[in-house]
Amino acid sequence: MLNYILRRLLIALPSLLGISVVLFTVLALAPGDPFEDLANNPSVPPEVRMALRVQFGLDDPIWQRYLSWLSSMFQGNWGFSFVSRINVDQLILQRLPVTLVVIGLSQLLAMLVALPVGILSAAKPYSWFDRIASTLAFVGFSLPTFFTGVIFILFFSIYLGWFPFVYRSDLSATGLDWWWQQFRQSIMPITVLGLFQAASMMRYVRSAVLDVIRLDYVTTARSKGLAERTVITKHVVRNALIPVVTLVALQMPAVFGGAIVTEQIFRIPGIGSLLIDAILRNDTPVIMAVTFVFSCLVIFFNLMADLLYGWLDPRISYR
Amino acid sequence: MQEITQVQLAPELDKPRVSTTPWAEAWRRFQRHRLAYWSLWLLSALVLVVLLGPLFYKVGINDIDFKARLASPTAAHIFGTDDLGRDLLARMLYGGRISLAVGLAAMLMAITVGVLVGSVAGMARGWVDSLLMWLTDLFLSLPQLPLLLLLIFLFREPLKAAFGLEAGVFILIVVVIGGFRWMPVARLVRAQFFSLREKEFVEAARALGASTTRQVLRHILPNSLGPVIVAATIDVAAAIIAESTLSFLGLGFPPDIPTWGRILYDSRDYMDMALHWALFPGMAIFLTVLTINFIGDGLRDALDPRRVL
Repeated sequence: MLNYILRRLLIALPSLLGISVVLFTVLALAPGDPFEDLANNPSVPPEVRMALRVQFGLDDPIWQRYLSWLSSMFQGNWGFSFVSRINVDQLILQRLPVTLVVIGLSQLLAMLVALPVGILSAAKPYSWFDRIASTLAFVGFSLPTFFTGVIFILFFSIYLGWFPFVYRSDLSATGLDWWWQQFRQSIMPITVLGLFQAASMMRYVRSAVLDVIRLDYVTTARSKGLAERTVITKHVVRNALIPVVTLVALQMPAVFGGAIVTEQIFRIPGIGSLLIDAILRNDTPVIMAVTFVFSCLVIFFNLMADLLYGWLDPRISYR
Repeated sequence: MQEITQVQLAPELDKPRVSTTPWAEAWRRFQRHRLAYWSLWLLSALVLVVLLGPLFYKVGINDIDFKARLASPTAAHIFGTDDLGRDLLARMLYGGRISLAVGLAAMLMAITVGVLVGSVAGMARGWVDSLLMWLTDLFLSLPQLPLLLLLIFLFREPLKAAFGLEAGVFILIVVVIGGFRWMPVARLVRAQFFSLREKEFVEAARALGASTTRQVLRHILPNSLGPVIVAATIDVAAAIIAESTLSFLGLGFPPDIPTWGRILYDSRDYMDMALHWALFPGMAIFLTVLTINFIGDGLRDALDPRRVL
């Protein structure tokens, strides 16, 4: 098992390096000069600008720039935000927990919806329940999150007035009241993101269960006289959920995309809205760092899924 | 002699057997998926309205009517107006063309790259295959939306300078969206190639001395088209969503080009006063994407010959 974990880690490392190469290439290929502002500033003489270029190594060969960029990334030296005037790693650490909580809770909600609906649909394929659930799933992943978010705000915040539509990180309440207010302001973003995820997850669960339910051992379980309920929960679902783990991990890039949009709609101070703000204000160090953090998260979740898969499925060899 | 001829006379059939082409058979199967069938009609109607609508509905997208600011749908403005009194129907007809064009172009790009990578990997095998598949996996694990935003942030200005405002942004968005959607197609095509290249009919072609190019173009590729067509359909929907998302984040087309996502973005600050402004573009995106997804599902059933329908 340890061997397997090490091997997976060794596979994840090149992908991380690959992503860093992609990121760096994009940045290096991009036209424009970080010292462009200085060039237009008459009070900065050209010699100072040139000296700055040399000091920051902008005239070095590209591989040398890549190596120095990579080593500073790994040392946690991510630069300085032009706009917020604090270090980028601090800024991201402030914002990351909110994003992870929203993503985590919405994934939980997605599972709570998708698992029972998907299993019930597959237990009676082409029944009325299945048809309605499948159609709703199609509707669910055809509704872009920005549109559902807008509709939720229109209906629940403006028409009914139940929930606030701006997420506030500086709630003045304390104790139980704080939790209540936190719940009220988090419920809409989590539902928007969770239902979007649930739609595609439900289809995965359904097809995974359908693949297992026609296997011989399930027929055996039925002919032993077990109740249908026991067959489904004890025999089918446990095996069907193994591939779902991988599919959920493969969805992570899409989840982050949805999280960026949701954070932007509900003005949640997470790293997604940080990214958008940074782009709108040309804050390059923050943009690079956030993109890199998102890449690391994706790889991390893929790694977790691989490990979980190896643990769940004894047929996987650990070599 | 006489008797034998009589025995050979077959009883007359009720209906003469008609031979069907594979495409006719696929169409018959497609029609049995009712939702997909009706989606096809709805989508065709939508596309026709978007393409031909401006010929009949002659209101400029930038005609300002201050007397009817934020007006609800009326006879004069069928879909109402925005905060400057611009007609929403005219703007949506214009934006629809862009959304559809972006979807189709990005799909073509993704399919071309995907088929190319997949077939090279499937035919070459060995280290070329390993390298290409590693690249595919790498692209699959890239966080797409952040990178999309990053690329647009970095390359928008120079492309705008090189190709003009609309064309520059269009090329950028299509290339970037297309460049992030080819991976599933590449995997599909590679898997198809792996199984098809060992089939007897390809072996026969090889034995007759067909070159690799001919084997691929005449024998393997046409037989692996089914899943590719399905993926292409769904890619159009994904590209439309991606474009609207970018526009909605304020990072897609510039403000004076009213794509559906952009109209929705502009409407955010007036939601409590002008409900229609957000609802119409949102519904347009939703209906287009939903019908395309249903059609993709129908095609999946129709183009899979192993499925009994």
